[in-house]
Amino acid sequence: MSKKVITRLQKELGDVILETASFRGDEEVVVAPKHWVSVATFLRDDPELSMDHFTDLTAVDWPEREMQGEPRFDVLLLVRSLDKKHRIRVKTYVKDGEKLPTLTTVWPGANWAEREVWDMFGIAFEGHKDLRRILLYEEFEGFPLRKDYPIDRVQPLVEYRDVDDTLKLPPFGIEEGQPFARIDWEARLAGRDEQVSPAIGLQVGQRRALSDSEVAEAQAEELAAARAGES
Amino acid sequence: MGTMKVLGGSPNDGFVTTKLEALLAWARKYSLFQYPFATACCGMEFFAVASPRYDIARFGAEAPRFSPRQSDVLWVVGTISQRQGPALKRIYEQMTEPKWVVAFGTCASCGGFYDNYTTIPGVDKIVPVDVYIPGCPPRPEAVLDGLMLLMEKIEKGNREPVSVPPREVPELAQLRVRRGLGRGKEGE
Repeated sequence: MSKKVITRLQKELGDVILETASFRGDEEVVVAPKHWVSVATFLRDDPELSMDHFTDLTAVDWPEREMQGEPRFDVLLLVRSLDKKHRIRVKTYVKDGEKLPTLTTVWPGANWAEREVWDMFGIAFEGHKDLRRILLYEEFEGFPLRKDYPIDRVQPLVEYRDVDDTLKLPPFGIEEGQPFARIDWEARLAGRDEQVSPAIGLQVGQRRALSDSEVAEAQAEELAAARAGES
Repeated sequence: MGTMKVLGGSPNDGFVTTKLEALLAWARKYSLFQYPFATACCGMEFFAVASPRYDIARFGAEAPRFSPRQSDVLWVVGTISQRQGPALKRIYEQMTEPKWVVAFGTCASCGGFYDNYTTIPGVDKIVPVDVYIPGCPPRPEAVLDGLMLLMEKIEKGNREPVSVPPREVPELAQLRVRRGLGRGKEGE
C-alpha cells in the first residue's frame, strides 16, 4: 500500500535507511538517531511524500537487548499523508540515557507525544521547549512503562487511610454488582442454568425463556383461542 | 436514633413527639444535596439516574450542587487516579458536616480491574465511604438501592460502610412464582 514511500526514501536517501520492513500494508523504515530529524523533515517536505499528518510518537522497551550491548529502546514515529493517502512508520534505536533530537520543529503536534514518551519511558528529547511529565505527577519516581518498573509499586500523592473499613466487603465477587444481568451466574456454575442465552438454550434443548417474544406470542394466541371458544 | 410518634389524633390535627436528632435525620434524609464527582464512564449511568426515567427527585436528592460547601453527599463516580487523589480529598474536606460519601461503581469502590501504578484502589483509601455501589457500571436500579441504603443509614445514624447487595434476576423470580416456590425471593 505504502511501499512507494519506502522506494522513494531508499532512492533519495540511500544509506540513511538502514532496514525496511513491509507486512500487509504496514511499512517501516529504520534510521539512525543522528538522521532522525533530517528523515522527518524530508518526509514532510518532499512533494511526493508530503507527510502532513503527525499521527503518533511512541517507544518500546527491550531490556534484554541492553545486556547484549544493544540499544534498549525502539522509538517509533508514525506519520501519514492526508493528501497522498499513505503512511509510514520510522523507527530508531536509542540507548538508555541517550537523547534524541526533538521533532517539534518539524511537526508541532509532536510536543505532547514526546512529553508522553518522556513520562512513560524516560527518553529525553533535545530541544523540546517544555519537557516535563504529562500524565503523571512531578513527584513520581521512575518511568512506569519500562519493563523493570515493579508491577505493584504505587506512589500515592495522598497517604492512604489506615482504618479497618478499607477491607473490601462482599459483593465484589463474581457478580460484581450487575444484579440485573440476564444470566444467573451462580446457577450456571452449578450446572443448573435455565437462563442461558436464548439461542444456545434452544440448541441444547432447553425451554424458552419467559421473556422470549415467541413464548409471549404463543401465550397470546392461546388466550385468543380460548376467548374465541367462550363466545 | 428514635422515631417520630403520632400522639392524639391524625398527623394533620394531632401532635407528634420526637427527639431533635430524629427530626434532623428525617429532614436530612429527604433533602440530600449531592456533589457529583464524575470522572469516568460511570458518569453516564449517573446521568441516567438523574434523568426523568429513574427520577432521583422522588428521594429529594435531585439537586446537584457544584460547590462542595453546599452539598451533603459526595458521589465518587468513576476511576480515581493517583493524580486526582489530592483534589478528591480537598473536596471532601471542604464539605460541611454532616457529610456522606457514596462510591459509585467498582472502580470507585475497589479500583476495579485497574490494578496498577496510576489508580487508587478504592476511594476509601483516601476518604471514608458510607455506601459502596458495585457494578461496572451499576444499573440505575442498583444506584437507587444505594441511595435508599444511604437514607436508611442517615435515619438510623449508622456510619458503618455498607454495600448494595445483589438483586435477583427478574426472570428467575418469575419462574419461582410459576412453580409455586414462594413469592419470588430466595428463602421466602
